[in-house]
Amino acid sequence: MKNITCECGHVNPEGTHLCEKCGRPLTEEEKHAKVVDMKYEGRAIRSKTYNKTIIDKIWNFFSSVKVGVSIIVITLVAAAIGTFLPQVMYVNVMQGEDAKQAYIDNYGTFGKIYYNLGLSDIYSSWWFQTLIGMLAISIIAASIDRGVPLYKSLKNQRVKRHESFMKRQRIFGEKEIAADKAEESLNLAEKKMKELKYKVRREDGVLLAEKNRFARSGPYINHVGLIIFLFGVMLRLMPGFYIDESLWIREGETASIPGMDGYYLHNNKFTFETYKKEEQKQEFNQSKAAVNSIAKNYQSDVVLYQSKDEGIAGETQDMKKVAHHAIQVNKPLKYDGYALYQMDFKLNELKAMNFNLVNKKTGKSLGEVDIDLTEPKKEYDLGSGSKVEVKGYYPTFSGFDDGEPQSDSPLPNNPAFIFKMYTPETPKGETSFVAIKQTLEPLGTTKYQMKFQNIETRNVSGLTIRKDRTLPILAIGGIIFMLGVVIGSYWSHRRLWLQRTNDGRLLLAAHTNKNWFSMKKDLDAVTTYAHLPLWVDQQEEDEKEMEEKEGDNTL
Amino acid sequence: MPMEKKQKRLYLRIAILAVLVAAIVYTIYTTANKNDVKLLKVGDDAPNFSLVDLNGKTHKLSDYKGQGVLLNFWGTWCKPCKKEMPAINDQYKEFKDQGIQILGINIAQSELEVTSFTDKLGVEFPIVIDKTRSVMRAYNVDPLPATILINKDGKIENIITGEMKEKEINQYLNSIKP
Amino acid sequence: MSLIDLSSTLLFIAFIAYLVGTLFFGGAVKGGKKDASVSNKKWGTIAITVTIIGFIANLGYFITRWIYSGHAPVSNMFEFTTAFGMFVVGAFILIYFIYKLPSLGLFALPIAILIIAYASMFPKEVTPLIPALKSYWLTIHVITAAMGESILAISAVAGLIYLMKSVDTQKRTKSSIWLEIVMYAGVLVLGFVIVTTTFKLMDYNADFTYVDKNGATQEITYNTPALFGMHEYEMKSPDKMKPLAAMPALVNAKKLTTVVWSILFGSILYIIIRLILRKSISRAIQPLTKRVNMQLLDEVGYRSVLIGFPVFSLGALVFAMIWAQEAWSRFWGWDPKEVWALITWLFYAAFLHLRLSKGWQGQKSAWLAVIGFVIIMFNLVAVNLIIAGLHSYAG
Repeated sequence: MKNITCECGHVNPEGTHLCEKCGRPLTEEEKHAKVVDMKYEGRAIRSKTYNKTIIDKIWNFFSSVKVGVSIIVITLVAAAIGTFLPQVMYVNVMQGEDAKQAYIDNYGTFGKIYYNLGLSDIYSSWWFQTLIGMLAISIIAASIDRGVPLYKSLKNQRVKRHESFMKRQRIFGEKEIAADKAEESLNLAEKKMKELKYKVRREDGVLLAEKNRFARSGPYINHVGLIIFLFGVMLRLMPGFYIDESLWIREGETASIPGMDGYYLHNNKFTFETYKKEEQKQEFNQSKAAVNSIAKNYQSDVVLYQSKDEGIAGETQDMKKVAHHAIQVNKPLKYDGYALYQMDFKLNELKAMNFNLVNKKTGKSLGEVDIDLTEPKKEYDLGSGSKVEVKGYYPTFSGFDDGEPQSDSPLPNNPAFIFKMYTPETPKGETSFVAIKQTLEPLGTTKYQMKFQNIETRNVSGLTIRKDRTLPILAIGGIIFMLGVVIGSYWSHRRLWLQRTNDGRLLLAAHTNKNWFSMKKDLDAVTTYAHLPLWVDQQEEDEKEMEEKEGDNTL
Repeated sequence: MPMEKKQKRLYLRIAILAVLVAAIVYTIYTTANKNDVKLLKVGDDAPNFSLVDLNGKTHKLSDYKGQGVLLNFWGTWCKPCKKEMPAINDQYKEFKDQGIQILGINIAQSELEVTSFTDKLGVEFPIVIDKTRSVMRAYNVDPLPATILINKDGKIENIITGEMKEKEINQYLNSIKP
Repeated sequence: MSLIDLSSTLLFIAFIAYLVGTLFFGGAVKGGKKDASVSNKKWGTIAITVTIIGFIANLGYFITRWIYSGHAPVSNMFEFTTAFGMFVVGAFILIYFIYKLPSLGLFALPIAILIIAYASMFPKEVTPLIPALKSYWLTIHVITAAMGESILAISAVAGLIYLMKSVDTQKRTKSSIWLEIVMYAGVLVLGFVIVTTTFKLMDYNADFTYVDKNGATQEITYNTPALFGMHEYEMKSPDKMKPLAAMPALVNAKKLTTVVWSILFGSILYIIIRLILRKSISRAIQPLTKRVNMQLLDEVGYRSVLIGFPVFSLGALVFAMIWAQEAWSRFWGWDPKEVWALITWLFYAAFLHLRLSKGWQGQKSAWLAVIGFVIIMFNLVAVNLIIAGLHSYAG
């Protein structure tokens, strides 16, 4: 490790551009530059200074801004590629079909290649997550390596800088001045700069006015916020931090809630509304778009219950009503850290069927039977000696197997029944198999029949249940990030150095990390007020010279 | 620069890199195995529950502590359930006096369907209906049939998804006999 | 006059005012190096006054439409794009009062005009809100995001002027060619506006039926003569132009037709302009940028990113996440619009790092600013119209 000893006697670590104490340029490059590079105050960026162990090499790799930006750009490109086709979670995959087939069917050869390359689930791929992880390493390494020296340097900065430092500032000016005049100028400058909300430090014949140093911390603060945010995102993969479940619940049904032990939900009603013509604007009704009705509301009216002992599943005897809510899109039911969202629905599922027991020949009715398809009764008594027994119930009748009706689902999609009908006329009972648009009389022709009258339907709500215990962490990360970005963007760190030299000159130099235009306004104000030397923007001068050399040949 | 400071810096760098690499590996690993996460494993405490059978009797799992319990989740529409039911019933007759409890847990069907099904098959062991699917969810049961074996200490001994043969049932029940 | 008519009139007034403002800004930057600074100042004052009047009218449009429809007018393509155009002017006025740079107006206003003209090609009716949009977050999220984007757009304007001045348009270099391509892209947008308006004025409607990719028969109406037919199309309007070729079900031939018409017409327009000017557009415009201070432009470009980036982060990511958590149960779902907001954000993050640490100033920085604007426009136009996702409410 080679240290650099400055002419002023200060020992600087290797890699330092400008002496930590007096600001003298130390490298050949800076010595010959007209304007010095003021990034990180010319301090040594730690990563660049030594490179011995493998750990240091890895660290230095990630600490490089070039590497950081490269990771950002690769992430950006990968993210863009992921939008070429819908990701697998947004693709409708038919039952019994695999996702690959869905991509081929929808998007042809391109879809096939896209799927085979794993681009259809790009954001969960190991390499995309590794990219984000590398970004996190880069953020941390780069921030530590730059933030620490910058902080030290700004904290320990001297009022007096060497003339060579001041001369190489972008804004510089000098003039000859008598000692007493110089002192007066410094006094006036101090007054004015204080008026402009600068902090002023003075030593013998030198002045440093500084404002908004905290703005330099902005990038580091927002990086802290980002790391907290990414940590929160990772945390939700841990068991218990994140619950994502869904629940289909029918009107009138009470169901336990997946992911919410001890809670039960009762669905009173699901409503789907569209806008009526009179609710829409007239000119909209006249347009083509008005042909299709526009959805107005999806709503599930639910009651949330909590069982007394959540450790005992199925215990629904002593439930306590804890909330009732109309869940709408944008209005989830929130309770105890859980949230229930309106996500989907099915309309008009069969709920009840109504039959009429009639004499086939005369058409005379002996009464109606109303069968609740979720809880059919064994027997329906019609009075006057008539009754109907339900001998078999098949919610989704799918055909006969060995002479026996089969049902391949518990849902009443295609209900069928075996009825035994007792009437005064047929006291021994007659058996009939009744399905939608189908009646069989397996035990001989019957005198009576269960004539289908009508149906009742109900709707099904599709809800999503979420609990995300990482949200507070994400919120804190987000707030810190925003704070950092605002501090770093909306304030600028401005400094003005004044120095009376021994040979009777007054030097002026100024620096800001951004917004030079506004800095110059401050300088304009103080220069005239305190009779300071006229200054020039050395960078702008360069440009002007260049332009004049090129000449006026564009017109 | 003093050696000590350099050492400290190296350790700090190792620590930070190690933590971050571990975080990345953990993230990739959990994402890749997201779908295999089972809430319930062999060796876990069996979640307690309380359901009422067709005769109105309440069955609470904790009351069967000290006995081996077989839970069979089933539905009438499920063909393999129907096939294994008589076998379970036969084994029930053999084991019911040996400290074994068998409970058939029907998934939220109507009493009519359940009774006509069990009557037809002559099922003797108690059948409970999980109306709210609460027990099914507590045991993370998805495809039917599913059978959970619980030992006398209330720990899960085995989880079987799919149809069981009579011989297998016999072995399972022997394994949880107190 | 009903409120909605008033609203349309105010938007029209704003549009005209921006056109007039552009001309005055042209006057404010013309002239030689030393002379005319007094008269320039006068032109500049008039220009910014006209612009502010236009902006007030534009705000009037926004507010009256808000009152009329009962929700913030940012719920479909027309409304959002118009609002974006308005915010671009607003952002320009803000930056103008910091830096007093008339040449900025000369470029910012035409861009705003093009954006608003583009917006008015979409259906203008007040549509009722679908359930997903019924939230005060619609107002907060969309307006903040649009403001952020519009401030970022000003950096592209500054970048463009910087390039106009610094790129040697007489030589054929990569920079000069790309600069001309940017000009050409602007002309294409103009081509789209002219084509669409022309056929709209002619009331061109050609009805077709076609078979979509799920095998269902659908109806579609072309508003421009069909160059490409939809999958297995059948014409329902016999007297209209027959498509030259049929497309597979995957391609929306109607949109393709519009795009091809715009490119065709825009290119012809471009050729005519070139023939009249007898030089490239960038070279013709270049003299207008002669007197700008490049240091200042560079700073304006950087400053607008600095002002816009936090606003964009807040609106397009933070507020977006909060709303998504409320409406869709998750704060992030890799929906294309979300992804492109993230891409925009990552891009400007890279921009800031390159500038701060790698010293990418001047031309490099200017090009980045222009690319950033292209990404923003891509997110606004292509992601809504081409890539299907949760955000594609508008057709």
